[in-house]
Amino acid sequence: MSDLKRTPLYDLHVSLGGKMVPFAGWEMPVQFPMGVMGEHLHTREKAGLFDVSHMGQVILRVPGGTAADAAAVLETVVPANIVGLPEGRQRYGLFTNDQGGILDDLMIANRGDHLFLVVNAACADQDIALLQGLDGLTVEPVTDRALLALQGPEAGRVFSAIIPEAASLKFMDVAILGWDGEELWVSRSGYTGEDGFEISVPAARAREFAETLLKDEAVAPIGLGARDSLRLEAGMPLYGHDMDAGVTPGAAALHWSIPKVRRQGGEREGGFPGADVILPELAEGAAKVRVGLRPEGRAPIREGVAIFDAEDGGAEIGRVCSGGFGPSVGGPVAMAILPSTLSEGDTVWAELRGKRIAVKIAALPFIKPDYKR
Amino acid sequence: MLKYTEDHEWLKQEGDEVVVGITAHASEQLGDVVFVELPEVGREVEKGEEIVVIESVKAASDIVAPIAGVITAVNEELPDNPGAVNDDAMAAWFFRIKPAEGEAIDGFMDEAAYQALIG
Repeated sequence: MSDLKRTPLYDLHVSLGGKMVPFAGWEMPVQFPMGVMGEHLHTREKAGLFDVSHMGQVILRVPGGTAADAAAVLETVVPANIVGLPEGRQRYGLFTNDQGGILDDLMIANRGDHLFLVVNAACADQDIALLQGLDGLTVEPVTDRALLALQGPEAGRVFSAIIPEAASLKFMDVAILGWDGEELWVSRSGYTGEDGFEISVPAARAREFAETLLKDEAVAPIGLGARDSLRLEAGMPLYGHDMDAGVTPGAAALHWSIPKVRRQGGEREGGFPGADVILPELAEGAAKVRVGLRPEGRAPIREGVAIFDAEDGGAEIGRVCSGGFGPSVGGPVAMAILPSTLSEGDTVWAELRGKRIAVKIAALPFIKPDYKR
Repeated sequence: MLKYTEDHEWLKQEGDEVVVGITAHASEQLGDVVFVELPEVGREVEKGEEIVVIESVKAASDIVAPIAGVITAVNEELPDNPGAVNDDAMAAWFFRIKPAEGEAIDGFMDEAAYQALIG
């Protein structure tokens, strides 16, 4: 694993008993001794600490300009309302391609004189190259900071005990907060369906900061395994699984990330790659859309399992894009992109080991998020 | 006497039947078991045939028949309580098999050989 990158928390993970695996070019903990199930439930009940330092952090600015100037440029490759994003707030968006597919998903924060982006680890090089090709923009990949996520119902109490100002942050607020002489870049967000924070911390102090959080008995280290089951239960799509360059925002059920102002008839209609595909699809409704699936019985149906429209014979109407066991749901859960003629409660069939298992179309998310709005 | 396969199954001779489960090492590797699918009682199986499906939070895996024979019983409690495999792998047996003519478990690894295998 010599060519794999390590985050500033690598040694801490090993000392905590983390089982390290290759992930998107990084050596990351998939689980700790508590195990995936225990870590998942711990995060839903108390607070989990995740190392997400492998994700790309990027600062965008127009020299001499404001965040709104950078936003105007970013809107040429991201169909979101970034120009209208107030200072101190964060939004979710997508990079799209000319065919209307999704190149990556990202978080965008307005920090006054610049934008701060967080992109997927596996797509970071591609995204940075794309941004560097845009006129007038300065692209600064942030390489000297770790990124941690503190997630769960106790996250607010734990974090504001260390930094009282954090308590006033609402869902999707961002702020720069001081900790022991360092700047923490904080957002009240995450990828688990729980209240929580994502915290960018200088690499040299990352371990110390993580250990400060872990001192609270409510906080446990959590690996990638539980991160995946948590986001699946929360109905959150994962790049490379539930969306990719061949999946449109409509099909990925991410239409909500493209606001009126960028749609047909909007003030800043289109102007991003694939608009001629994406906008008509949003206006008319996508033919296929990502939905939740609840299989009957206990057998998990995982990524790649074929979905049919009949118990015998019939047509294959899609494949599971994410699936597994939902520890909080207490049963199997999955997502697939299926014909939008199906609605909640309808039955389809998953072909598992040669047998067809009845699967109900279900609302997403599978759990009720507890964001502090 | 307990015997072990390279597929991390434990085998226990009881009368003319063999009881089969997976080792604690295997259950640790699998992680939290959330689903178990057992063979039908009375089924005739070939050696190496995949007859049990185990799903953990992480992945699906199989248990193969260590020898040819007929399934004489399955642990009915497992599908309702798959976590028992993690709690006590030696107690959470999967099935009993009556060996076919000429089949025996004598040739499988003993405890010491298995411990050497898993290091």
